[in-house]
Amino acid sequence: MKAKEIAELLNGKIVGCQDSQEELTNAFSSDLMSDVLRLGGECSLLITGLCNIQTIRTAEMAMINTIVLARGKTADEEMIEHAIDNDITIIETEFSIFKASGILYNHGIKPMY
Amino acid sequence: MHYTFDIEKGNFTNAGNASGSVKKTLKQLNVDPSSIKRIVVALYEAEINAVAHAYGGKIDIDIDGDKIVMVVADQGPGIPNIELAMTEGYSTASQKVREMGFGAGMGLPNMKKNTDKLDIQTELGVGTTITMTVFLKN
Ligand SMILES: Nc1ncnc2c1ncn2[C@@H]1O[C@H](COP(=O)(O)OP(=O)(O)OP(=O)(O)O)[C@@H](O)[C@H]1O
Ligand SMILES: [Mg+2]
Repeated sequence: MKAKEIAELLNGKIVGCQDSQEELTNAFSSDLMSDVLRLGGECSLLITGLCNIQTIRTAEMAMINTIVLARGKTADEEMIEHAIDNDITIIETEFSIFKASGILYNHGIKPMY
Repeated sequence: MHYTFDIEKGNFTNAGNASGSVKKTLKQLNVDPSSIKRIVVALYEAEINAVAHAYGGKIDIDIDGDKIVMVVADQGPGIPNIELAMTEGYSTASQKVREMGFGAGMGLPNMKKNTDKLDIQTELGVGTTITMTVFLKN
């Protein structure tokens, strides 16, 4: 699934990289960056309610291409800039982490574990 | 190749600058992505620790043909009990650090997991020096 389709399913808005054609296959939901950094293997999507510059940096280091910011969190200028610099797409949604995760799971996005 | 970075005291925004820069360098050197991930995750954990638990410091990175050596030296309180600090789940992180999404007591074990060699030198009241080595397969 592409970032654009995910944004539609989550009634969300893409900020940062707009034209990502990356195929997103699996996801991890967490507010704890310590846990995200422990993921082994490739993960394409991070679904989180944590909204600060370290959210973007964690995705950068963990090689996660797309971040879903749940619960109506919005990325600030610095986060968006850093995301663009690192080819990371941010999707902002009003949905909760549980709802966003459930919808994506139902549409075939696989869990990391 | 040698690179140095400063870690600013209390500056959470910049924690990750060194890791991000090393990631770009390793990509240019065509290091395989799974090694890049291990290296930058370990370095990022160390950078965060130097801001979260100490008062900043300095990072020295050396990349030669077959390995990368990362030395993260901080000025800080030191680690009173390294064995305890290496235990998964042990954390003394402040509320502020937890609000940033860290403080699960997983960083040091994760550095160990992601590197081939991890050495910790620490002196109470002076600081901690973490040396991490990863062998590159090309
Ligand atoms: N550079 C350091 N200086 C002083 N104490 C440290 C340093 N690094 C780690 N510690 C101590 O060791 C503990 C465990 O560190 P570790 O990185 O494993 O977990 P954490 O930083 O608390 O949480 P996490 O890394 O999961 O976000 C810390 O809570 C702190 O007490
Ligand atoms: Mg840590």
